[in-house]
Amino acid sequence: MRRVNSKSESLWREEFAVEAAAEQYVSRRQFSKFLVLTSIGMFAGQIWILVKNWFRPTTVYEEKSVAVIGEIGIGEVKLFSYPEPADACIMICTAADHYVAYSQKCTHLSCAVYYEREANRLECPCHEGYFSVSDGSVLQGPPPRSLPTVVLKREGDNLIATGIKV
Amino acid sequence: MNRRGGLTAIDGAMALIALLLVVQMWLLTATLEAYLSGHSEPIFPAALISGLIFVGCFGLFLFIRRIDANVRNRLYFGGYSQRENKLLTARKKGVESDADRG
Repeated sequence: MRRVNSKSESLWREEFAVEAAAEQYVSRRQFSKFLVLTSIGMFAGQIWILVKNWFRPTTVYEEKSVAVIGEIGIGEVKLFSYPEPADACIMICTAADHYVAYSQKCTHLSCAVYYEREANRLECPCHEGYFSVSDGSVLQGPPPRSLPTVVLKREGDNLIATGIKV
Repeated sequence: MNRRGGLTAIDGAMALIALLLVVQMWLLTATLEAYLSGHSEPIFPAALISGLIFVGCFGLFLFIRRIDANVRNRLYFGGYSQRENKLLTARKKGVESDADRG
């Protein structure tokens, strides 16, 4: 992208200013070129994420029995793992025959959340992030998102986990 | 535009580019964070906005190049822009050139 023809000004003169006054222009132009290249890089990063997202495989969760009805009383909790043994979850009995379950990993820095019965909320002790028991949404603190919800269904006396809703 | 005015315009454009870059950087980190946490809703709009920001940055870069060309040509061609210099040369020769008509 030459801006002047070769007869009037050569490339070296365009990029390496002889006059002190022109040097300020050259340095600014080169720096702005670098800034625009950075912008291209970040746009390419966005496109990369978009493409990765298109080709992301859909996660299929297996069903797993995680509790029996009546196993925990109202206001009590049960810890279990789902879908993998390393994925800790917490189940709370909020009312008679009403259970909710969430991932136990705080969405801030993955500390384990616990149920605070007096305040009726899930709390992260690391940075005082609070989550609603009813839907896992953030009540207060640094967590950026709700807790992932474990989808439960009832089969006879068993509570079956069928998936994770982020 | 004189040399000092040109520098001011270029500095202003560069400040705008830097500001847009900060927004684009924040957008990229937020999108990556959302993607890694399994949320795909903001990814497409974020890519679109990032593209618009890039177009804006490129437009400002072209603006800087134009100012730079105008002012530096004045330095090299004795106070005249390259276009004015062409016109003067053509008039001296008595030749009606395209530049003269434009």
